[in-house]
Amino acid sequence: MTSVAMPAFSVRGRDRSESLRPLALAAPLLLLLVFSFGAPIVALLSRAVYEPTIANALPRTAEALRADGGAGVPAEPVFVALAADLKQAQAAGAVFELAKNLNTRLPGARSQVLRAARLASQNQAASKEAMIKAAPLLGEQQSWAAIRSGVHPFTSFFLLNAFDLKWTNDGTIGAVPSGQAVFLRVFGRTFLVATIVTLATLALGFPLAYLITRLRPAMAALVLVLVLLPFWTSILVRTAAWTVLLQKYGLLNDLLLWLGLTSDRLELMYSRTGLIIAMTHIQLPFTLLPIYSVMRSVPPSLMRAAQSLGARPFTAFWRVYLPQVIPGVLAGCLLTFILCLGYYITPVLIGGASDQLISNFIANYVNAELNWEMAAALSFVLLASTLGLYVAMTRYLGLDLFKMG
Amino acid sequence: MLLSQYPTTGERLRAAALWFWCILVLVFLVVPIFVPVPLSFNSGSFFTFPLAGLSTRWYEVVLGTPRWRAAIGNSLLIGFGATVLATILGTLTAIGLSDPKFPARRLVVPLLISPLIVPVVVTAVGTYLFYARIGLANTYAGIILAHTVLASPFVVVTVGASLTGFDRNLMRATSILGAKPHIGFFRVMLPLILPGVLSGAAFAFVTSFDEVVVVQFLANADQRTLPLEMFTGLREQLSPAITAAATLMMALSILLLIVANLLARRSRRDASVLVE
Repeated sequence: MTSVAMPAFSVRGRDRSESLRPLALAAPLLLLLVFSFGAPIVALLSRAVYEPTIANALPRTAEALRADGGAGVPAEPVFVALAADLKQAQAAGAVFELAKNLNTRLPGARSQVLRAARLASQNQAASKEAMIKAAPLLGEQQSWAAIRSGVHPFTSFFLLNAFDLKWTNDGTIGAVPSGQAVFLRVFGRTFLVATIVTLATLALGFPLAYLITRLRPAMAALVLVLVLLPFWTSILVRTAAWTVLLQKYGLLNDLLLWLGLTSDRLELMYSRTGLIIAMTHIQLPFTLLPIYSVMRSVPPSLMRAAQSLGARPFTAFWRVYLPQVIPGVLAGCLLTFILCLGYYITPVLIGGASDQLISNFIANYVNAELNWEMAAALSFVLLASTLGLYVAMTRYLGLDLFKMG
Repeated sequence: MLLSQYPTTGERLRAAALWFWCILVLVFLVVPIFVPVPLSFNSGSFFTFPLAGLSTRWYEVVLGTPRWRAAIGNSLLIGFGATVLATILGTLTAIGLSDPKFPARRLVVPLLISPLIVPVVVTAVGTYLFYARIGLANTYAGIILAHTVLASPFVVVTVGASLTGFDRNLMRATSILGAKPHIGFFRVMLPLILPGVLSGAAFAFVTSFDEVVVVQFLANADQRTLPLEMFTGLREQLSPAITAAATLMMALSILLLIVANLLARRSRRDASVLVE
């Protein structure tokens, strides 16, 4: 028994050390990816659920709230603790960060928190009555719901908010007021634009891919270069070209007028139509190339066989050809759909205010509002949708992204 | 080849309709990317045809003013750094992956490719947040590292493709003949896969040279690149200088990628000849 097992064991041991050598070659890039790609994404996503600003600034209030135990507006000791916390935050210079943070959960709280802190540091707001006078929001139940959730460093507030949901005062999850509900609409818009662009690229790309497979090799190579030229031009350059084309006195309007398709010049810049035209142009090669690579492997003799057996052209196409190219169609469409979900540059430059997609909201939360938590929560949803579709694509379709350059 | 030997009228009609549609699609694909080219030589300052006259004044703006020149310099510097890093790391990784004994391939390959799939805004915002903590935000090193991440998948894939035809017995032969591994690499393997490596490098350079979203978050005022200058220009006021910059960027990308593809094709052919 041992004499059989021993050599097998030692062979396996040598295999392991041999398999470490190729891994060592890949290690530098993998380490860089972990450091400069994995860690940043984890750091960002953790901001969506871990937000210690309020917990750090209000330790006594948190303690007093636990002792108080009730829901709604708490009793005197909590206000005394809050005054002490605010006094210390004012002295430590942490009060602006706290006020900004509370404001994201409780619109309008910023100025009131700053005023209460100023009074507290002058020992003029050490009672419940004085605090509520300085900051009327503190007399309201919903403010304390926000503070109670805020003193826990781990929060579901931002993730729920990304779906236009929140914790209600009685501890259940409910919809946010319709005035504040924006994100479901933005996600819906992003998916809608991605769907329209995907279908448009399919309608334009499928016939062209089919034509290329039926051309003589030299001609096919020429047409393929025409498809690849825009593919190799950066998204920014192509978007720039479309901003020129879509102007009110630009070429596209000239063309439409000349053809008599419109009687007036259309406002295509900063419109949904312009955005979809430009995105369709940019994504067309991404849809077309996977379809073409599958179509190339379908022998044309099958269609001829179907027709010689009496099938009408449409039947032959529908029953014989299409089932064979469907994997390519799905792969191309999914790839375009996934890439459309993350569009940023084109909506900024060509879309109007109501055409901004989810990426634009993420960038705006970071650049304009400095609300990292909301940016992180939206990133989480965007990333989850994208990766989910990508896994579906590789798992079920076996698509190799790189057999198409 | 579109028609059978004795085409019916219906067949001719369908073929004609297909051609008509496809020519429209090709016009839609190709014409827009060349629209900025004639406009960049316009002597007037509007974006309308017909041109007011021919002039190179907008190229003088892009190549002559300090702001644009600094941007071009930054783009070249960052592109060069990212290309060198991505090419070295990506080539090593592709060589490792070409070994059939590579462990956990199913886990590693999707990770290597993920920078292409993750929405670039998420990457950019995350990198900005993380780099700000460790002092790499607003540094050239930070931007180069971030671009290396985005460019490395292209190198791994192109070099990987040129390695599929590489006969691993050659490396065994070098070690049997007494060559140390690095001698075998530089004298036998690298010359054979060089077209693939250079092609990967070209892809990496173009990726960095065209990138604008990560730069927008990571760069300070002195680190603005050519695409970022274009992007802010497009957002603020549309100047014909942008069409000149777009033309330059497009010419460089297309030139490099044509070279890259010819090289990649050659490396695959060389490799397959060697196997035969």
